[in-house]
Amino acid sequence: MNIASLAPLAVVLPILGAALTFLLIRHSRAQRAVSIGLLSLTLALECLLLAAAWNGGTAAVTIGGWIPPFGIVMVVDQFSSLMLVVSSAVSLAVLVYATGQGMADGDEDAPVSIFHPTYLILVAGVSNAFLSGDLFNLYVGFEILLTASYVLMTLGGTGPRIRAGVTYVVVSVVSSVLFLIAIAMVYGATGTVNMADLAIKLGELDQGTRTLLHVMLLVAFGIKAAVFPLSFWLPDSYPTAPAPVTAVFAGLLTKVGVYAMVRTETLLFPGDTLNTPLMVVALLTMVVGILGALAQSDIKRLLSFTLVSHIGYMVFGLAMSSAVGLAAAVFYVAHHITIQTSLFLVTGLIERRGGSSSVDRLGGLAKLSPVLALLFFIPGMNLAGIPPFSGFLGKVGLIQAGIELGTPLAYALVIGGVVTSLLTLLAIARVWNRAFWRRPTDAEHPAPVLLATPAARVSGPGAKVNNTVTLLPRTMVGSTAGLVVLGVALTVFAGPLFSLSDRAARDMLDRTPYIEAVLGEGTAVPGAPAVATSVGGAR
Amino acid sequence: MSVNLTLLIVMGALYACGIYLILERSLTRVLLGLMLLANATNLLILATGGYAGLAPLFAKDTPAQDYNDPLPQALILTSIVISFAVTAFMLGIIYRTWVLARQDEIQDDLEDRRVAATPSFDAEDDAEVPAETSEFPLTMLGSDGRDVSNQGASRVDADGESGQPVATLVAGGREMPAEHAAAEEKPGSLNVDPNPEGGGK
Repeated sequence: MNIASLAPLAVVLPILGAALTFLLIRHSRAQRAVSIGLLSLTLALECLLLAAAWNGGTAAVTIGGWIPPFGIVMVVDQFSSLMLVVSSAVSLAVLVYATGQGMADGDEDAPVSIFHPTYLILVAGVSNAFLSGDLFNLYVGFEILLTASYVLMTLGGTGPRIRAGVTYVVVSVVSSVLFLIAIAMVYGATGTVNMADLAIKLGELDQGTRTLLHVMLLVAFGIKAAVFPLSFWLPDSYPTAPAPVTAVFAGLLTKVGVYAMVRTETLLFPGDTLNTPLMVVALLTMVVGILGALAQSDIKRLLSFTLVSHIGYMVFGLAMSSAVGLAAAVFYVAHHITIQTSLFLVTGLIERRGGSSSVDRLGGLAKLSPVLALLFFIPGMNLAGIPPFSGFLGKVGLIQAGIELGTPLAYALVIGGVVTSLLTLLAIARVWNRAFWRRPTDAEHPAPVLLATPAARVSGPGAKVNNTVTLLPRTMVGSTAGLVVLGVALTVFAGPLFSLSDRAARDMLDRTPYIEAVLGEGTAVPGAPAVATSVGGAR
Repeated sequence: MSVNLTLLIVMGALYACGIYLILERSLTRVLLGLMLLANATNLLILATGGYAGLAPLFAKDTPAQDYNDPLPQALILTSIVISFAVTAFMLGIIYRTWVLARQDEIQDDLEDRRVAATPSFDAEDDAEVPAETSEFPLTMLGSDGRDVSNQGASRVDADGESGQPVATLVAGGREMPAEHAAAEEKPGSLNVDPNPEGGGK
């Protein structure tokens, strides 16, 4: 039996877990055990899938025995399995963090009983979107994860969350409608929604129709990925959600949009029809996003803006449409999922320890909690792209691709990328200087918890012990640390990872492995040789 | 492929009304707009199936082109279920907004407004002479044993030349401990120009 035929379990297991945790809604201990256990199992399974796909085995699983292109297929290749593993690892860490928070807080702010089923459904939706080899199934995957995210976004139903949730729901529904319209158009034009089949049939359409469909799909995915002119909903809605929810949204949801954009660009519409607009959009996303980040004083909002800004890097790599650029983009997606999530988790810890996430109120955290400082510093520097870290390696790959392309716009992107990297460093350094290095009394409106003298905190017998336990529970710090370690591991194992993303990029540009895996050997792939030659000189 | 014209006109009207409605600030109207958009899209998917035909139940004598295309209808079913869930959720949110705020309107983001209202002048970064916030305030003694470290700054103040007082240890004619210099150095404090837009002169 082929290991890839287990791929549907990556979707089924979390959904099963959701059903079980829903049944166990009154037994929070059992609920925690089930959700963490099943998610770990899913992660282990996905590691097996990645191992099978590591050396270029693209495999397709047909659901329900309907032969493609009529039935639904799930496709496991290097890119999708890498995304699955990274996303599941990140969601597991966030789940442990959220469990720790729930246990420490007595579940006042986040009704954890509904959190577990919803969270597992979100994970199932993300896995479904990554695995889907069918445009409509991709839509269903998006809807599963979005519907779960609506619930998570408005968890607790407090005023600010409802306000942010309304914006989020309306924007997401509109983008879904756009996606559905695009699917209807694609079906009307070609008579199929199977992506491998579309890869062949879209090439037979005339240029005008193709461009129209291409733009519609990119706009629909662009809203979800928060690419520049379509990104304004994100910094508005993400920061109000509970810390673990924001973290998992920031890590995964936008990346699903980026993933769909990559598939659209490489599989459905190969060639460079829309590369120039994509490059402009990438540049604007990077620069406008980071300028927005510099204006913020709330760390969560600042990070939301850096999230938007760094989506620009992925679009940058995608717009190069060369093997080097695409490989760097794949690597960057994996890096950014981990780093952005760990930064949001650390911000949650900062908020607990310092009583606020606004840099105007924070100060002296480096002295109060050196562990917290370390946990913030490593991913912060990683995000900014300081040399030894994976952020630097990803950016170097992108810059290399830009210089290789050599057009004026590509050079503009390279410069924009470097400037954005420096401005990210500035934004992170501002947080660092204010929240961690200055004395608490220097803060504009210092949070009371920071000003309390150590003597006051240990006034009662055992008070100090009690304090540290509730402020920084071990599970929360541990899961954050685990994610930070994963981020560092991406740096340490950057060599194998980069060669994996390189192979993934070549396979995606080649398209033959994907199409043959779905439709069977010997399917004529239009335009394959032309791409293969451009890959040859790449690396 | 022939297309039903009535269906297309209805679809266009639904899209137009839907887009008009989601641009409103009232949440109930936004919800109605979303429902219209979803239904218009369902009609669009139906239209992609081509002309109406026989139900797709296999019979030996019927040629393939006489059947209706069943796939769009399957897609529509899925999309109806999804929009049903979203509508139910939106109704829940709208009800919650009503309970919380007694309002059926989309609210402004307070933090957005606050950031927009923040002056571009940042006391810590943009002040002409940054306040001495070191833990070791520098005190220079003149030959007569008096503190001379801030004479230059106080002279400017005395001249009244600079509308923006220099935040040092002696500012605004009064002595200020270095400890408090940073706290003083913010809009609204006595020693800072109330309208510092544009940084130092």
